[in-house]
Amino acid sequence: MDYGDLIARLRSGERRALARALSLVERGGPAARALLAAAYPHSGKAHLVGVTGPPGSGKSTLVSQLALEWRQRGAQVGVIAVDPSSPFSGGAVLGDRIRMQQLAGDTGVFIRSMASRGRLGGLARATADAAILMDVARFDHVLIETVGAGQSEVDIARTAHTTLVVDIPGMGDDVQSIKAGILEIADIFVVNKADREGAERVAQQLRTMLQFGSRDANAWQVPVLLTVASEGRGCAALVAAANEHYAHLQQSGLAEACAHAAAERELSAALQELALEQTRGPAWDTLVRQIAQRTRDPYAAALELLNQWKQHQSCNGKPN
Amino acid sequence: MERTIRVLVAKPGLDGHDRGAKIIARALRDAGMEVIYTGLQQTPQMIVEAALQEDVDVIGLSILSGAHMTLLPKVMQLLREAQMDDVLVVAGGIISDEDAQVLCEQHGMHAIFGPGASTHEIVRYIKDQVGVARE
Ligand SMILES: Nc1nc2c(ncn2[C@@H]2O[C@H](COP(=O)(O)OP(=O)(O)O)[C@@H](O)[C@H]2O)c(=O)[nH]1
Ligand SMILES: [Mg+2]
Repeated sequence: MDYGDLIARLRSGERRALARALSLVERGGPAARALLAAAYPHSGKAHLVGVTGPPGSGKSTLVSQLALEWRQRGAQVGVIAVDPSSPFSGGAVLGDRIRMQQLAGDTGVFIRSMASRGRLGGLARATADAAILMDVARFDHVLIETVGAGQSEVDIARTAHTTLVVDIPGMGDDVQSIKAGILEIADIFVVNKADREGAERVAQQLRTMLQFGSRDANAWQVPVLLTVASEGRGCAALVAAANEHYAHLQQSGLAEACAHAAAERELSAALQELALEQTRGPAWDTLVRQIAQRTRDPYAAALELLNQWKQHQSCNGKPN
Repeated sequence: MERTIRVLVAKPGLDGHDRGAKIIARALRDAGMEVIYTGLQQTPQMIVEAALQEDVDVIGLSILSGAHMTLLPKVMQLLREAQMDDVLVVAGGIISDEDAQVLCEQHGMHAIFGPGASTHEIVRYIKDQVGVARE
């Protein structure tokens, strides 16, 4: 199949082509890789914005409002909304669109729901790949909504330029989302449901905690903003802050450093994926058994697989 | 590897609750499908646009309002206009046998499930049909 053609249709704004391309990439494998290879040179223009926080904190409502704000500024907005798959059936109910009804009928917006599909650390890759396609389809901002604050959210935050961490008041005295690592990934803290009792107190706690961060005068100062997403309150200021953060990345040279780090992660992830795929031959099961029985160690086994692969390559004459 | 079936579950029309739609959504999830649930009061335009963006294999519509003979043909017409005829479209709700026949034979809907249909039956139908469409 000619993926160049599909990419051309993406770039000309054909929505069905984008929808199909997203499915292809979600399924993974060689076809997905070929498509991404064709897409890659055209990507790198969009502002990727991660939105994460506990379930029910208003992320989808917020994403909808942010999209409206960016639309008013003339930008095109893509949305990737991730919900967990059921560990039992592998299925999922993806309900984020319920809160994004105001975006219906606007061709400057494209929303895609995605299930986590138990992709062990591969979720960040899957969302990054989907974001690349939206980027190629000329969306200026791509919002990526994910639940919670697990390792995959941290990984997704690493692929986004700007990460918003959403918290809400009224869940006890303590700041909800300050689990390990969450403070570090926030570029902007959002205290949503500020119509509720205690929002200012949560914001104050967050500001205090953030003071212990970087002392570097040139570093980005993480703002803590209050919003009432269900009424759109505070969302213009939030969009302004997100734009400002993106500008800061460019001006400080951080964008380049981030892109470099991201490229390094992408390369090592791709290498892992390909190495696994290509070395997973008949010897695999035997080696796994031997490792389990402690008759061989994992590194020796991995080396053996790599050596077998190398020999196979030199016999065949050319790598594929 | 088996491909994950993606289903849009929507409720067209103005009637108030979506208990039935939610039960179906959960049953499909428990059968391993990915269900995009869009909630109440969906216009035919919203339904078709969401189905397009989500690249679903199936659209499941739950309708109780009595407006099915205007809303469902409209959905089918918009799908044809968008060249999305390959999407399987089923509906559930209070729809008479005569209306169901017209919707299937004249408007191209694939199946109508009455209030008595079990979720099991609906899951089976979708799995069979989507399997066939992909041969
Ligand atoms: N009181 C209040 N409710 C809100 C606000 N923002 C969202 N909600 C409600 O919170 C619930 C969960 O919102 P949703 O966007 O689905 O949260 P998500 O699970 O984080 O995506 C919905 O009932 C929203 O209407 C807000 O600022 N104030
Ligand atoms: Mg949500």
